[in-house]
Amino acid sequence: MATSTLAPGKKSEKVSKPVTMDITLHVNGHAQKLAVAPWTTLLDALREHLDLTGTKKGCDHGQCGACTVLVDGRRVNSCLTLAVMKDGAEVVTIEGLASNGALHAVQQAFIDHDAFQCGYCTPGQICSAAGLIAEGKAKTPDEIRELMSGNICRCGAYPNIVAAIQQAMGSKP
Amino acid sequence: MINFQYARATNVADAVRQIAADPTAKFIAGGTNLIDLMKYDVEHPQRLIDITRLPLKTIEKTPDGGLRIGALVPNSDLAYHPLIEQQYPLLSSATLAGASQQLRNMASTGGNLLQRTRCFYFYDIATPCNKREPGSGCSAIKGINRINAILGTSESCIATHPSDMCVALAALEAKVHVAGPAGERAIAFADFHRLPGDTPQIDNNLQPDEIITAIELPARGFSANHSYLKIRDRLSYAFALVSVAAALELDGGRIKEARLALGGVAHKPWRKPEAEAALRGQSPDAAAFGKAADVLLQGAKGFGHNDFKIDLARRAIVRTLTQAARGTPQIQSVKKIR
Repeated sequence: MATSTLAPGKKSEKVSKPVTMDITLHVNGHAQKLAVAPWTTLLDALREHLDLTGTKKGCDHGQCGACTVLVDGRRVNSCLTLAVMKDGAEVVTIEGLASNGALHAVQQAFIDHDAFQCGYCTPGQICSAAGLIAEGKAKTPDEIRELMSGNICRCGAYPNIVAAIQQAMGSKP
Repeated sequence: MINFQYARATNVADAVRQIAADPTAKFIAGGTNLIDLMKYDVEHPQRLIDITRLPLKTIEKTPDGGLRIGALVPNSDLAYHPLIEQQYPLLSSATLAGASQQLRNMASTGGNLLQRTRCFYFYDIATPCNKREPGSGCSAIKGINRINAILGTSESCIATHPSDMCVALAALEAKVHVAGPAGERAIAFADFHRLPGDTPQIDNNLQPDEIITAIELPARGFSANHSYLKIRDRLSYAFALVSVAAALELDGGRIKEARLALGGVAHKPWRKPEAEAALRGQSPDAAAFGKAADVLLQGAKGFGHNDFKIDLARRAIVRTLTQAARGTPQIQSVKKIR
């Protein structure tokens, strides 16, 4: 098992060249070989290494949900995920939800219901909602709200987000 | 984030060997708390040992009718597991009361026990904190202490343990299975976490070279009469100001067995055998519940901003026991408290 040999330490210590690890992430259906430092989060790997900037960095502390992506089919906070720990995993980001030019049902529903204002939280909201639908645990608006509580929308588009998710789930409205 | 080395453990013995060989190393599983603390420069392990490939991901029945939960079972899988939902709905409910679904998908069962306090001063490296930097002082005692403890505090620390899951595990009298260089041992849940005393930097009795391998639940799950009620500053995705896990066994209109544990009020899930003994043999009514609350909260002490927690806890205990006795547990997605 390869490990980094960088002398670690606190911020103040002089750091030479980061020693990277070679990993493969299957992102939106494509195998991507990456050389990342151990401390590179999945979020930074997606944005900085793969130029997939649809996934947003909000708080970077797992409190806002803007960085939500699907890893092996489950929604997670990519800001609190180390890329090296996901070597070999399937990752789906907002860029990978549409198929054959057709929007994902949640994407279409967000448009239909005007479920965003500034749009910054939207990629995370949509990935989270796609994960929620796959989980199959939310049936009622109360349950949708509870199981979407990891995604903060500072514009306050929540009523329309809930309506959009209901549509995408195939229930009213 | 800080820089660190990264290694993977291939089995439990390898994990123990690696952690014992490097006192600056830490295990990482879900990472939801540890990575956050590393970003804040509160934790600075020089090596992370990735244990996520260890075979500790199953939930299995034990010969005596209980369950053994692998330490790496994600919180969401635990909460939605059919055997947990049926036999231990209190644990399912408490687990779903914590964090967000994204975090529950990541966070491990073992890691939930080991999460650190969310005391503001522990996270703020510009302020003194005995838990973060032993001997530097406690900023919370005379600071903004709205979220801090009212029970079991010391002059060194008034931090709380932030878990919801652990409050249910305490009430259910779970056992924590750990492995270390000397072999395996089991720790009763009540003995796992500790009070701060004058060494608040030590959260629990797991040794630095030990790893949690499983949580074991005894057969008794209190599936008929239980409730987990969490009171917090917003309706979801916030830590508890006060939470209550209550479980009762009723027999002919009397309480045969009772379990009562509090979250958000102490350095560990707060339980007292005397409070549960006070309920046994009683009629399940407000008078008995109030008496048990008084026993459980005996010695509670506020620090100014958190004085409200004492009365809040008393009311929450009575309410949660009432919900349990009626067989109408708090539903985490419905915010009305009945």
